[in-house]
Amino acid sequence: MSPTDKRNLILAFESSCDETSVAVIEDGHKILSNIVATQIKSHQRFGGVVPEVASRHHIEEVTLCIADALSEAQVGYDDLDAVAVTYGPGLVGALLIGVTAAKTVAFAHNLPLIPVNHMAGHIYAARYVEPIEFPAMALLVSGGHTELVYMPAENEFEIIGETRDDAAGEAYDKVGRVMGVNYPAGKTVDEWAHQGHDTFKFPRAMEKDANFDFSFSGLKSAFINTTHHADQIGEELSKQDLSASFQQAVVDVLAEKTQRALADYPVKQLILAGGVAANQGLRERLERDLSSNPTTHLVKAPLKLCGDNAAMIGAFAYVAFKHGVFADATLNADPSLEFDWVADPVK
Amino acid sequence: MKILAIDTSNRPLSVAVLDDSTVLAAITVTVHQKHAEYLLPEIERLMGMAGLKPADLDRIVVAAGPGSYTGIRIAVTTAKTLATTLNIDLVAVSSLATLAANVPVEGALVAPLFDARNQNVFAGLYRIKDGQPTVVIADAHTNIAAFLEAVKEYAEPVWFLGDADHFTELINTTVSAATPRISPWLNLPQVATIGLLGQQMTPVKDVDRFVPNYLRLTQAEAEWRAKNPKEDVESYVEKI
Ligand SMILES: [Zn+2]
Repeated sequence: MSPTDKRNLILAFESSCDETSVAVIEDGHKILSNIVATQIKSHQRFGGVVPEVASRHHIEEVTLCIADALSEAQVGYDDLDAVAVTYGPGLVGALLIGVTAAKTVAFAHNLPLIPVNHMAGHIYAARYVEPIEFPAMALLVSGGHTELVYMPAENEFEIIGETRDDAAGEAYDKVGRVMGVNYPAGKTVDEWAHQGHDTFKFPRAMEKDANFDFSFSGLKSAFINTTHHADQIGEELSKQDLSASFQQAVVDVLAEKTQRALADYPVKQLILAGGVAANQGLRERLERDLSSNPTTHLVKAPLKLCGDNAAMIGAFAYVAFKHGVFADATLNADPSLEFDWVADPVK
Repeated sequence: MKILAIDTSNRPLSVAVLDDSTVLAAITVTVHQKHAEYLLPEIERLMGMAGLKPADLDRIVVAAGPGSYTGIRIAVTTAKTLATTLNIDLVAVSSLATLAANVPVEGALVAPLFDARNQNVFAGLYRIKDGQPTVVIADAHTNIAAFLEAVKEYAEPVWFLGDADHFTELINTTVSAATPRISPWLNLPQVATIGLLGQQMTPVKDVDRFVPNYLRLTQAEAEWRAKNPKEDVESYVEKI
């Protein structure tokens, strides 16, 4: 069964937060199906993801997603080469549904099981744009994570910097709430930001520090203090300007740190991935920054694959498959799964 | 008919493999509560010992709750995925009825209960009829004292199973001092018994939509419904 005679087909599962997704992926780069059942509407009732509610929804959806993924891809279990699943990081109760279902399918049809780190999946959403060339760097920005990941070679991931407090997406949701925008607030704040101006000049945390870590809590506090103060004196602030000022500060911090990382770690590609990678302000800024970089090429995860989905899990699972990374039936969810930190920092 | 029966509703993990009325292999483990890690390996091991492959199975019987939310989700996810992926029947049994089935005394009143903390229990009352537990008081999430008051009305000896020893004093003072003393073994689910009963039971119609019997809304959901009594409570998940 060499990859040249036969297409490789992986049935991939993702259930780490509020999306139940199952996909069938061919050779790690062709999406035959990518079923996503989103619970956003349900959690909007509560203003954010409620873990127990998320688990309950996953169990309602998971087998339907499997059936839809197979029928849309027009494949049967006999055609599959492996089953892959996100086993962390994420909400433990949510992860467990995908892990349990994937293990069960693998057992029932005697297929190998591939454990996938959700963050590797996010990075590999970029694989649907073009092949990943190494060394590469990924700027991963999502509701739960903000990190710079160095990839010296295929199947190797090293964190070189990460957020010390809030994730960028989390900060978006918090300032969104202050402005009366329901979760997830990223899209609305991004739209408003394009209609306003950076008039508030919020602080850019750690921009000048020598490390590659991020921090957004100071920015968030400055934002809240500004709006709180305006409320007290009965002044109405422009949501567009507030959004523009907030977004400019976030984008400045992300872009500056990324530039500094690229200077220390010369790479062929910079991959922008994660839920916040859909942010237009961030995409435009990195495009501008990278346009003058002769050696590093920007690869943005497709907009449709920035959020959580199983296609991205299947893309990385193909790499793991080639490297022989398999799990047995004892595979458990690991809610705080992380890449290792870089072994020998450049500095 | 080849049957796989599973229960991970609470701390014990119980798995059995049957061929019609012959129990081929059965296990009940109480030393850990790592159901996510151990359920599938135990299924694999027992089926291996019984010489069965997944494709040989005709029916899955699952204890679908009430119980620990994570526990019942693991059992139900495993059961419904197996049933749909192998295209075989799924039979769901109450996790409390699973315990009640341990009592082999015809006509006995059985009250299985699980401690749900703060003097609350998941409990039901069953009568053993033709060797099967039949519902007398439906499974509910309830205050232990209220449950015992309801049980007391029957003025009969009652077999209390499960976490009953957490409430010994209350049971003895409320119901009757004459409740039968039982072997602690009967407090544990032994799914071979419900595997046997499950052969006669009607399978679940819509396996894809089948969910655990939590018997309790999440706190967020309960609060939201109280505030929004007129809103639709279905269809909050969308396919995109
Ligand atoms: Zn994600």
